[in-house]
Amino acid sequence: MGRYVIRRLLYMVVVVVVVSFITFGLMHAVPGGPFTREKKLPEETIKILNERYHLNDPLWKQYVDYLYDTMVPHITTIAPTNSLLDDFLISKKVGPVWFRWMNFGPSMHSRSRTVNDIFRANLPISAQLGTMALTVALVIGMPLGIVAALKQNTIYDYTGMAMAIFGVSVPVIVLGPILVWIFGVALKWLPPTGWGAKPPYILGFLPTHLGWDYFRFAIMPAVALGLGSSAIIARLTRASLLQTVREDYIRTARAKGLHERTVITKHALKNSLIPVVTILGPLFAALVTGTFVTELIFGIPGMGKYFVVSITNRDYPVIMGTILLYAVFLVVANLVVDLTYAYLDPRIRYD
Amino acid sequence: MAQTQALQPQPLGGAGGMPLTQKRESLWQDALRRLMRNRAAVIGGTIIILLIFITIFADKIALKSFEVQVLVDQNKVPQWLLSVFPTMKPYAQISEAYPLGADYVGRDLFSRIIYGGRVSLSVAFIGPLISLIVGVVYGSISGYFGGRVDNIMMRIVDVLYAFPSLLFIILLMAFFRSTLTEIPPGTPAYALSQLDHQLGGMLFIFIGIGLTAWETMARLTRGQVLSVREKEFVEAAHTIGASNWRIMFKHILPNILGPLIVNETLAIPGYITTEAFLSFIGLGVTPPTPSWGAMISDGSAVVRTYPNQAVFPALALAICMFAFNFLGDGLRDAFDPRLRGTQ
Repeated sequence: MGRYVIRRLLYMVVVVVVVSFITFGLMHAVPGGPFTREKKLPEETIKILNERYHLNDPLWKQYVDYLYDTMVPHITTIAPTNSLLDDFLISKKVGPVWFRWMNFGPSMHSRSRTVNDIFRANLPISAQLGTMALTVALVIGMPLGIVAALKQNTIYDYTGMAMAIFGVSVPVIVLGPILVWIFGVALKWLPPTGWGAKPPYILGFLPTHLGWDYFRFAIMPAVALGLGSSAIIARLTRASLLQTVREDYIRTARAKGLHERTVITKHALKNSLIPVVTILGPLFAALVTGTFVTELIFGIPGMGKYFVVSITNRDYPVIMGTILLYAVFLVVANLVVDLTYAYLDPRIRYD
Repeated sequence: MAQTQALQPQPLGGAGGMPLTQKRESLWQDALRRLMRNRAAVIGGTIIILLIFITIFADKIALKSFEVQVLVDQNKVPQWLLSVFPTMKPYAQISEAYPLGADYVGRDLFSRIIYGGRVSLSVAFIGPLISLIVGVVYGSISGYFGGRVDNIMMRIVDVLYAFPSLLFIILLMAFFRSTLTEIPPGTPAYALSQLDHQLGGMLFIFIGIGLTAWETMARLTRGQVLSVREKEFVEAAHTIGASNWRIMFKHILPNILGPLIVNETLAIPGYITTEAFLSFIGLGVTPPTPSWGAMISDGSAVVRTYPNQAVFPALALAICMFAFNFLGDGLRDAFDPRLRGTQ
């Protein structure tokens, strides 16, 4: 198991490096740079800016420098400065030396912020949205699937599965505007735009208070984003549970006189969870990318805007930073999913 | 070809008493029969056929052009919409010339929705085609040859799989759009960008989806090939000296095609959403080509004042998604009734 985890971690690094390479390549293959504007900047200014952001260096050097700044931990005795070029996400003083890691560079478009500033201010909001959407997906999806399976071929089953098809058929760009109009404009129950949490955050992303003030902003976007995934979870849970209750060990459990409730909760549910866990990796990816659009529809100040805008602006560090961030999220999510298998199904052994 | 039977689930209802010789025929027929019995799937299929007709004859059905802007008519709505969206009453300007209203530059919403179906449906049919061809070829080579080839090919897929596909498409779109417009005439790339322009930006959407969608199909095909390639009939084909390609495409492929097609049908709503997402963030179709995603994007900017501009394209997209989901579900149940759990 330990060896497996180490191998997977190394593999993760490889994936992230490959992703960074592809992104870097594509990004620089697009003509025009961060300082190409509709109203042209003076030649001299562009020259100075390129100099400052090292855009005149050969590409391979820019890439190696980028990898060095972001991925390799720096251990120095030099104290950090206030420069935008010197902003590390992790910066700790350990005894006489500084341990500093992950400098994603300055944003070339808004020239007073670094990519890390964007991460610190906007990522927590996207993370909250994503977490809540995932919660919505699980809280609605799993019970729906379980009820549908236990009451197979009854009205509960059919209604549940019809609802599930409804859910997968309304992506967030369909549900979002409709919800905004119904609950935000016509009924005025919920605010149509905005977000209810501000920094500082607990652990870097959790809001400090969780009252109605917070949730009234979060309900609509979280439901809009999570509903589609809840439908997928419901269908999968149902299919998986149906298969599990036909297994021999369930018959054995019943035969030895266990209460039906115990049979389902102790024996069937845990085993039927495995396929559901498998889907969580891709699902998480869908939710993460879904946050862009959700944020645009509901006017939420998360990462989504920066991601889209950075590409059209050729804001190199922001493009690289956001893509790498999402890539890391996804590979970590997949690793967690794989480790969860091992817990749920002791037959799966990684070594 | 009688081997086909050995791999497919035995038809559970009604086919029990048939003589063995008819079974090969009855696999697809049986699936079709089960499909026709599934009311939701039939409805879904009917809607899709209807949508195809509507989009083919869009210029006959749509009352107006999708691109002509009548600026004096911007945001006008017909009377009946006021009862659906009562919040518009205080400020809405009435014009009965637009059945669903006019958009923010005075284009007919109804006509744009009709034409917008062309984009979604093209994606729905061409997306799976690309992914099926690329994925099946890649997956069968990987699964059939196995060993080192398999290992390398699958690691490549793993890495691509880790790359968030929507992000990848977005990057590709930014790349395609800005490089190729500055390319000198006469080169192949220029021809491509011209073709893309004529298709209203759809060519690069197809390429983008094609480049990212085949990985799942490749994995699935590989798995299926692995499960089939050790069977006796493949061995038999080897012994009579059939070539690798022949075995792959004549013997193995027909046996695994069912699940692949079902899977691809189930993936169609995903392609439709991807296109809508891309157009929503402005990287999909090029204006003034109407796409439901782009229309929802424009509409959601004014959803508080003119909700009809976002809600109707959203409904169109939802209906289309419903139809494909129902059909895909029905197909899956028809090909493998075990999945429905009706035992």
